[in-house]
Amino acid sequence: MSEEIQALPQIKKPATFIGKYVFSRDHKIIGLQYFFLALAAALAGTLMSLLIRLRLAWPQERWPLLEMIFPNGFSDGLMKPEFYLAMVTMHGTMMVFMVLSVAPQSAFGNYFLPIQIGAREMVFPRLNMLSFWLTFASFVVLIAALFVAGGAPIGGWTFYPPLSAIASAGPGQGAGADLWLVSIGVFCLAAFLGSINFIVTTLTRRTKGMSLMRMPLTCWGWFTTACISLLAFPVLLVAGLLLFLDRNFGMSFFKPAGLVVTGQVIEGGGGSPLLWQHLFWFFGHPEVYLVIIPVMGVISHVMATFARKPVFGHRAMVTAMLAIGALGFLIWGHHMFVSGMNPRLGLAFSVLTLVIGVPSAVKTFNWLGTLWGARIRFTTPMLFAIGFVSLFVSGGVTGLVLGQMALDMVFHDTYFVTGHFHMVMGVAAVFGIFAATYYWFPKMFGRMMNETMGKLHFWLTFAGVYAIFVPFHLLGIAGHPRRYADTLWFDFLKPLEPLHIFITIAAFVTAAAQLIFAGNFLLSLRKGARAGDNPWEATTLEWTVATPPPMENFAGRLPVVHRGPYEYSTPGAAKDYSMQTESLD
Amino acid sequence: MKICELKLVIHSPLPTPHSPPPLPTLMSRLLAIAIWLTAIVTAGLFAWSKWRLPESVAAHSAMIDHQFKITLAVIGVGFLLAHAALGYVVWRYRAKDGERASPSQGNARVEFILAGCVAVVFIALAITGQRVWARLRLNQAPPGAVQIEAVAQQFVWNFRYPGPDGKFGRTDPRLYRDADNSIGARPGPLGLDPNDPLGKDDIVTPTLVAPANRPISLSLLSKDVIHDFYVPALRMKQDAVPGMKINIHFTATREGRYEIACAELCGQFHHQMRAYLDVKSPRDYEEWLKKNGKQ
Repeated sequence: MSEEIQALPQIKKPATFIGKYVFSRDHKIIGLQYFFLALAAALAGTLMSLLIRLRLAWPQERWPLLEMIFPNGFSDGLMKPEFYLAMVTMHGTMMVFMVLSVAPQSAFGNYFLPIQIGAREMVFPRLNMLSFWLTFASFVVLIAALFVAGGAPIGGWTFYPPLSAIASAGPGQGAGADLWLVSIGVFCLAAFLGSINFIVTTLTRRTKGMSLMRMPLTCWGWFTTACISLLAFPVLLVAGLLLFLDRNFGMSFFKPAGLVVTGQVIEGGGGSPLLWQHLFWFFGHPEVYLVIIPVMGVISHVMATFARKPVFGHRAMVTAMLAIGALGFLIWGHHMFVSGMNPRLGLAFSVLTLVIGVPSAVKTFNWLGTLWGARIRFTTPMLFAIGFVSLFVSGGVTGLVLGQMALDMVFHDTYFVTGHFHMVMGVAAVFGIFAATYYWFPKMFGRMMNETMGKLHFWLTFAGVYAIFVPFHLLGIAGHPRRYADTLWFDFLKPLEPLHIFITIAAFVTAAAQLIFAGNFLLSLRKGARAGDNPWEATTLEWTVATPPPMENFAGRLPVVHRGPYEYSTPGAAKDYSMQTESLD
Repeated sequence: MKICELKLVIHSPLPTPHSPPPLPTLMSRLLAIAIWLTAIVTAGLFAWSKWRLPESVAAHSAMIDHQFKITLAVIGVGFLLAHAALGYVVWRYRAKDGERASPSQGNARVEFILAGCVAVVFIALAITGQRVWARLRLNQAPPGAVQIEAVAQQFVWNFRYPGPDGKFGRTDPRLYRDADNSIGARPGPLGLDPNDPLGKDDIVTPTLVAPANRPISLSLLSKDVIHDFYVPALRMKQDAVPGMKINIHFTATREGRYEIACAELCGQFHHQMRAYLDVKSPRDYEEWLKKNGKQ
């Protein structure tokens, strides 16, 4: 097993509670901090989505109770359209940044990357702590945007100027929009710093024997994502800074001359609204992949464990991840087919968009290949992993519609788009987060989660997300524009109202099913069955250390790795799994 | 009651160390069926539900609808195949006591062939899709097309016709008078310069009136934020961006009144930004022009 390969200098252990759990430099504590931050954000984001759904299903209903909670968002019990749009903006921002960019990468990555490569710590523990606290500050500032005069911004999470550049363009476009920009700027900085830590740690802190191809696919996911973050977040940071200057310091990067908003001529000129879109989507499209790539790693990892099989085409999986990461930087223009961008530019973006479907198809094929000839153990994490594959396919294929310019012209900014990305980067990624939570909970907290509650949670959520998001596509096919506060103003929208009511009911049921998860989580923390060091009979390094892992993970003895990450069911071996630390003889 | 219990006892197999535990079998069957059912219902809803593409009156819509059908068929096949396979492996390969999984680590040849096939299909889709786009957007409006300007502003559409001289007059943002929006108003909501003779005969209306079966060349502009000219009945969508003049063209084939919406979030009352496209017979259109152009 592990052998002492060097005398490790002892890192001074923090003595105080604050040093240990608040301003901690331990990557595991930081991972958990990110995890709980993401959970809090997911709760906020889900509640916002329910408010959105209320307005869409029953636009003329009065909600006096809600008015007591949000006195500025309602008048006479009716939800104001600007409150609806503020919720749309904040739901998107909360979910995309604080949940999907945080949970798969910063939370699980921080906790398990060092352990899985056999390192005691991240290379820069202080920087890691700074990254978390900047992210936390960004979260607080974002929440604060809800409570300033005028409320939260209404321009959507894509924040297109000039709507977002001019305070008088709508309620929430004043202080709320400034806070939004500050929050996202700080978030970008945190993510950028975090990515440096991930990259350097992966490249320099792998233990003896841990070659790159022996790294679990989770590590490849985190590494690829860190590379994407390193290149993508600074672009959004700069774009946000320029917009902030436009708003507050009389600059005009995104405002053309001659704008008149609410009767007032806006000073400035020479700027271009399309410049923001190019900068935003140069970040925004890779963002989609920096959400889904670490999830892909988790799914492969969980799947190998419970299929009791090596991952099918390990090398192809790594190549596909890197290909998706690289191609992800070349297709941002597909968000802009009808933006006024030269229609010839679309030709290249469209072909590249469909080409990125190829590595995605390879990954799907390999997950099916991993299950082929398997001996599947249907644990809760495995159910979520299988559910992920279904959702990834369902959400992915509609990308082939939207990637074609002529069809995008029909479906752009309709619920077809909303359905597509909720399916693939929304709930598919959330299924990955659930799989990871159920899978690593025993390691992180030392207890097993309840399987019956877990399975119930899976079934309700799986049925729920299809019931919610398939009708989104139907709304889109019928032409329903997104971000509409109601369907009352258009004859072609009125017949769609029953679908909205159905979706809202499905959304409430699915959200309620998440209470089972919350209950299971809290109950298992206190009362779950004690987990051993390796309850799933898995192979990678996180299952060689004590549960929960001690400070510096390996108790002074760094492991030596002799095998690939997924040696399951090796013929002739005594057990059906061989851990990475087991020597070959 | 007693008999039921007895039956249960008789029929339940005795647990032996080597028989597979009942729960994995149940789970594998349930999950496989759920996956297949989800796929069939989803595909069925796409294929046969009453929620379909809106009726179209644009000359180009047959081309788009055809491309959509082909794409739906391709992704439908991929979607159903993937779910059929996923359900199959879930059904077939559950854990059984004492049995080991296949140690297979992959098959590069199968993988290459599959990736190749997928690439061919996807790129073929992209190329056929581009042909549709090219015919719509990469050529100019045919000569003799009716010239109209669409000017968006927070939550209203304005349309301008050049009048008998065929030329648009000068406008000035400082002259916008949104309140005075009757058809003959000067400077009106578009700020027509009263000193420019070219603008004297311009017609500014809140409704897009167009002749049937004649190509329309529409220039999109915006006074404040980004809007999007969206006519479900035309299968058409294009942003109107302040500071830019974006030209599109189309031909409406059937007379009638169709809704124009805004498809790019433009503020508080985005969902109320409605106008109408009024497609008239060529004769009615000329009459309308004459009636409104005199003022």
